[in-house]
Amino acid sequence: MLKVKNINTYYGQVHALKNVSLHLREGEIVTLIGANGAGKTTTLNSLSALIPPKSGEILFNGAPIASLSPDRIVELGISQVPEGRQVFKPLSVEDNLELGAYLRYRRREKRSEIRKDLEQVFALFPRLLERRKQPAGTLSGGEQQMLAIGRALMARPKLLLLDEPSMGLAPLVVQEIFAVIETLRREKGTTVLLVEQNARAALKMADRGYVMETGKVILEGEAAELLENRDVQRAYLGRDKKEIWER
Amino acid sequence: MKREIVKFLILALLVLVVPLLLKGGYLMNVLVFVGINTMLAVALNLLLGFAGQISLGHAAFFGIGAYCSGILTATFGLNPWHAMAVAACAGTVLAFVVGFPILKLKGHYLAMATLGLGIIVYIVFNEAVNLTGGPSGLSGIPNLSVGKTVFDSDTKNYYLIWGFTLATILLSLNLAHSRIGRALRAIHDSEVAARVMGVNARLLKVRIFALSAFISAVAGSLYAHTMTFLSPASFGFNFSVELVTMVVIGGLGSIYGSLFGAVLLTLLPEMLRTFQDYDIVVYGLILILMTMFMPGGLVRGIPAMIGAVSARRGNGGNEHA
Repeated sequence: MLKVKNINTYYGQVHALKNVSLHLREGEIVTLIGANGAGKTTTLNSLSALIPPKSGEILFNGAPIASLSPDRIVELGISQVPEGRQVFKPLSVEDNLELGAYLRYRRREKRSEIRKDLEQVFALFPRLLERRKQPAGTLSGGEQQMLAIGRALMARPKLLLLDEPSMGLAPLVVQEIFAVIETLRREKGTTVLLVEQNARAALKMADRGYVMETGKVILEGEAAELLENRDVQRAYLGRDKKEIWER
Repeated sequence: MKREIVKFLILALLVLVVPLLLKGGYLMNVLVFVGINTMLAVALNLLLGFAGQISLGHAAFFGIGAYCSGILTATFGLNPWHAMAVAACAGTVLAFVVGFPILKLKGHYLAMATLGLGIIVYIVFNEAVNLTGGPSGLSGIPNLSVGKTVFDSDTKNYYLIWGFTLATILLSLNLAHSRIGRALRAIHDSEVAARVMGVNARLLKVRIFALSAFISAVAGSLYAHTMTFLSPASFGFNFSVELVTMVVIGGLGSIYGSLFGAVLLTLLPEMLRTFQDYDIVVYGLILILMTMFMPGGLVRGIPAMIGAVSARRGNGGNEHA
């Protein structure tokens, strides 16, 4: 469904992504793990065209999308849940969700269809329903993350780009959010590219994973394999060298 | 939605009734300017309060509307209504042309760029003496007319201009409650997140800038045909700042706020005449106090104040009991 071939992305002079390649099959959950500054978020931003790559190719369902604008990308069915949630704080929960359907309103899609999706988001996150008229800025961190995901779902994406949904959240809330991601895949067949610091949790849920370091993909494989991989365990899963080698 | 309609109808009724209570006189003349300023403040609020983009040069679009209309009618003898259409187009086109490069800027830099635009336009009004009459002004601008009715008295102008003002308010309310209004507020809060939602932030900012310029230019044209005389001093930096003040004092992002801001800031200098030479000091003091105690503007400050007073009364009653 998505093929990324040798993309190079720059911040001014800084070469942030070096020949990054990856692919996603329909209905897969794939995670991108790595330390701070490895280029995980940059990869997502390159896909959503917020920071377009200088070279390389991105194919979505076979069509090149690397030179499109962000709004065209959303229109094609790729929605990003940006890092740090970025909900529209002064706007109500409901307005935030309706903004997610911005392009569908522009296409003059039937209101009833959009309402139906709104109800579905509320069914997925009942806590948002309780707070639908409240400004998004008054929600807790976890609720804001739910809102950010719900907002992205309102565009009816085929591919969901999730940037560190667990950031700064209590473990129980993280579990809840991860459970929703699995539900989405199961019930709607949404393909998910998940960027995570919480490598263990991400690998447990994902089908496959990519490990990034200083702008490059250094390792890829089945999630279960990566979980067992010694380098991954040492570097990202917090297991001591001794523990691994002496076993 | 129903409440919005009721609010608007009350306003429209008020606009109709006020002249009957005043029965002409000097205040009618002031109310004509309140109408023009309301149009300008509402237009600027779309840009500043909703999209969060500052403009310190909005007097330029007002001036371009006024001078376009003035020159085309007084010098070239065009029909005033046609001149108004040309003036509105001129303002809109200029906004599109300068909007694309300068709306890439943010915060202070955008403020500087729009300030520059205002100053350039002001200098042109002063220096293009052949066209604008320069500092000595442009006179002989005809009044607008419909059929045999010429809008030449304060009362007639009042109805004409408030007609336009009400139309502006209605249009802006509609926009504010639409998909576009939501997208503008989203850009205001986080441009990145708005773009990720599929909002073409750059284009939308330019378009709202152009709409704001369009309304301002129409207001300028109305001003030219009611005053029948123009001089550059009315379109300087001071007036741009005054417009920003109206929007902020009224309440950012509230259409009715801009109405209250325009009413207050236009009427206040008239009411402060009794202070004679000290009026500007009192004026400044009122503005400082209002921003200190009503940071959300009149529309949010006054209800909060009423709430606080009634709450204190409630408590007071309990203590006595």
